[in-house]
Amino acid sequence: MSEDDIRAAVIAELGNIAPEADAATINPESDLREELDIDSLDFLNFVTALHKKLGVNVPESDYPRLLTVKGAIAYLAAKLGSARA
Amino acid sequence: MAEFRMPSLGADMEAGTLVEWLKQPGDAVHRGDIVAVVETDKGAIEVEIFMAGTMGKQLVVPGTKVPVGAPLAIIEGAVEVAPKTPAPEIKAPAARPAPAEKSAPPPAGLRASPAARKRAAERGIDLAALRGSGPDGAILLVDVEKAGAAPRKGLDLDKMRRAIAAAMAKSKREIPHYYLSTTIDMARAQGWLAQTNASRLPEQRLLMAALTLKAVALALRQYPKFNGFYAEPDGFTPSAAIHIGSAIAIRGGGLASPALHDCDKLGLDEMMARLRDLAARAREGRLRSSELSDTTITVSSLGERGVESLYGIIYPPQVAIIGFGRIVEQPAAIDGKVEVRPQMIATLAADHRVTDGHLGGRFLNQIAVLLQEPAKL
Repeated sequence: MSEDDIRAAVIAELGNIAPEADAATINPESDLREELDIDSLDFLNFVTALHKKLGVNVPESDYPRLLTVKGAIAYLAAKLGSARA
Repeated sequence: MAEFRMPSLGADMEAGTLVEWLKQPGDAVHRGDIVAVVETDKGAIEVEIFMAGTMGKQLVVPGTKVPVGAPLAIIEGAVEVAPKTPAPEIKAPAARPAPAEKSAPPPAGLRASPAARKRAAERGIDLAALRGSGPDGAILLVDVEKAGAAPRKGLDLDKMRRAIAAAMAKSKREIPHYYLSTTIDMARAQGWLAQTNASRLPEQRLLMAALTLKAVALALRQYPKFNGFYAEPDGFTPSAAIHIGSAIAIRGGGLASPALHDCDKLGLDEMMARLRDLAARAREGRLRSSELSDTTITVSSLGERGVESLYGIIYPPQVAIIGFGRIVEQPAAIDGKVEVRPQMIATLAADHRVTDGHLGGRFLNQIAVLLQEPAKL
């Protein structure tokens, strides 16, 4: 899966969680909790959706690495890359 | 024969607009069936019926606004079932039905979910033109979403704000609040939660909210004077059931506190599943009537927003609201030594007409005690 595919998946899931916001225009380095006004339940739904869509099981200890779009893409790319290796 | 009436879905509700009937004349109805969708300040609410019988003549057509208590339909051969909790006292104005604003009745015999019907009505989409992907071809929300058309309407946040203003002003005018707080050591609860979630997939994980809600529910069994309703002239009526309203923030402003029914009887996994479902539906404006009318106490948590303590305003006719703040690493004296511990401030705002601070203190303390043994929740 390419980085663009991962980005598209991340943006799509954020759009599902916060449909009021335009997920595509989020600053990739902004904190998602502030940018989209999401709480721990929203974040759990985000992680759950990523697991179902991409097969990546993000442990709670890694949650801080997914708090920005940029961080989430980098984390998922690394996980998917290592899964293929 | 009995009348099915416009329910009261909160102390601030005076009228509602019938969006659609989900049962047609001649259909059998059972206790708990969702029979209609009503538009209120809190969004479109799926209204349940608490009697069994057969749907008879429908007295109100979709699009009509009617006051709380107004007859909506006749239920033939009705067997009345006592409501689970007393309805809040509402003085409905002697209103006459307003002219229909929009929406035609759905085509007879068409199978579609309430959410799909609502969204289709909002977007002016003809359900009959859609192909359903649900059981037996039922049209689901996703089918309507795929049909495109107008942007999502969402909740009317201005209307919701006015409703909150009315309820909170009434509360502050009429309820003599008293406020208490206690600091709870959360090390055990946090440790147990981290350990439990470590071996679970994301969809199976718990949040701290599940633990705190269950602790409140179990504490209420021992302190029932905080669980129920106050209304003149009878005063306090305790509720046998524990239905906790979980305050859910609506992005962009607004607040809903729908009930999690029978919280004391739910396991943590079931509690979590219901919380997820409730939050999703609250934000979509798809709550059910019983979730708005049954709440016996409210719990609000603002810790994630950096708030260390919050003192809530009681939602009438309830008599108490619990607040949970942020879990903060702080120095604490443990067995004569200073240790850094995760701590959380829990608060209680309660109605002084029903309880005193002494009992409130014991209730708060019991919540703290229960959170020290998370595996037993």
